[in-house]
Amino acid sequence: MAVPSFLARERIIAKPGFNRWLIPPAALAVHLCIGQAYATSVYKAALVSHFDSTLTAIGVIFSIAIVMLGLSAAVFGTWVDRNGPRAAMFTAACFWSAGFLVGSLGIATEQLWLVYLGYGVIGGIGLGIGYISPVSTLIKWFPDRPGLATGMAIMGFGGGALIASPLSRQLMNWYDPAYDGTAGTTPSGSSVAGLFLTLGLVYLVFMMFGAFIVRVPADDWKPAGFDPSTVKQKALVTTESVSAANAIKTPQFWLLWTVLFCNVTAGIGILEQASGMIQDFFREGGTSAVAAATAGGFVGLLSLFNMGGRFVWSSTSDFIGRKGIYMVYLGVGLVLYVLLATIGSSAVWLFVVLAAIIISFYGGGFATIPAYLRDLFGTYQVGAIHGRLLTAWAAAGIAGPLIVNGVLDSQGTVGELVAADYRPALFIMVGLLAIGFVANLLVKPVAAKWHEPHATTPATARANPERSTAR
Amino acid sequence: MSESKSTTPTGLVAFAWALVGLPLAYGLVQTVRTASSLFTG
Repeated sequence: MAVPSFLARERIIAKPGFNRWLIPPAALAVHLCIGQAYATSVYKAALVSHFDSTLTAIGVIFSIAIVMLGLSAAVFGTWVDRNGPRAAMFTAACFWSAGFLVGSLGIATEQLWLVYLGYGVIGGIGLGIGYISPVSTLIKWFPDRPGLATGMAIMGFGGGALIASPLSRQLMNWYDPAYDGTAGTTPSGSSVAGLFLTLGLVYLVFMMFGAFIVRVPADDWKPAGFDPSTVKQKALVTTESVSAANAIKTPQFWLLWTVLFCNVTAGIGILEQASGMIQDFFREGGTSAVAAATAGGFVGLLSLFNMGGRFVWSSTSDFIGRKGIYMVYLGVGLVLYVLLATIGSSAVWLFVVLAAIIISFYGGGFATIPAYLRDLFGTYQVGAIHGRLLTAWAAAGIAGPLIVNGVLDSQGTVGELVAADYRPALFIMVGLLAIGFVANLLVKPVAAKWHEPHATTPATARANPERSTAR
Repeated sequence: MSESKSTTPTGLVAFAWALVGLPLAYGLVQTVRTASSLFTG
């Protein structure tokens, strides 16, 4: 599928002397916008009331978006690698913005299916393309610090929710002065329609800015003082290239798929229930020692650790290696989960510290995976491989809540649960982390038979990205 | 080809970072405010 010339990769090859520090803000301009996907709880109650519907029916909007994220990242990954970041960011901006506008129309006309189609399907495609759009470009601009580079971008996805939550409350307050953002007040449906319209237009401008400042490095570019031969000296880091079509035939891809699935499922176990969980853990005699406002503070703190973990842990992986950092995420995470299940209810501060570190590992797992893929498969089609791997996220997005909600439903009624009711779910997560830990231990360098012939240059590879699929 | 003297205007780099940094700072401040209720509430 050809793209208009102003979007083409050839038009955005950086001239000598280009400052690579312009690329992270371009990536952040996209990820800060699509990170809004994690802030949907702000208007959830308003939509339930407006459509006279249920939390489940409204929750489906978010579920469709996440499934579409995984599918579109997998399907369009090769297209993104071939056409470059500007075409990808431009397309993501159009889909993400259109999703909000169609969703706004659906809310204004009280057609819930239009919100499913708009925010869920159309917006979800924008999410998937936008999520992977800057990743391989950043890795190519920062061959000396790929973990730092991808950490910066994917931190933006966590940061997007931090911006969208308070901004949405403020905008809905402007459109519906009766809503002041406090517990017990619900914004009107028309204020949510106005919010969607506003966000759609603001995100369009913001993401287009990223699309128009992004550049790709020339094929022979390297940072000053960087010696590519030093890269090969590190264990598990290749200077070879593996195509996306071949990558999914390797055990390494599926081991990393398992690692990501287990890490994300375990993290979602806490994130999904955070507010209720802290109150339930400290409930005695039907009353919780933790107030609702304090529980809200806990959710905010987890958001900060989710975002911070993406940057800090991913950057750390540049020094201790990708396999090493995942041993920390999964191994230390496993121990922390056991502590949470056994002694987590002994003190609020202990519960908060354990949960915060676990969530920082959850964020770190997302941010480090592109650099791990680059180490194993090279930079050749790392965006497309990353896109295919994100199906693990979509699967975890279904499995995590199913496990936790299923266990809690079998243990008792919401509002009466206590710490012990969470133990079966937490120990399931411990088992998942153990599986992920073993999968990570089994990761070895990719066999030479999957490497592209050396005659393949980046230019010819882009012209025919799937040429080696017959192998 | 390695990095030579920068031809990218410093002002553009600063503007781009400000454009993403300011909203992020706003979000961080608002979230820290919310999170502080964990220690005061």
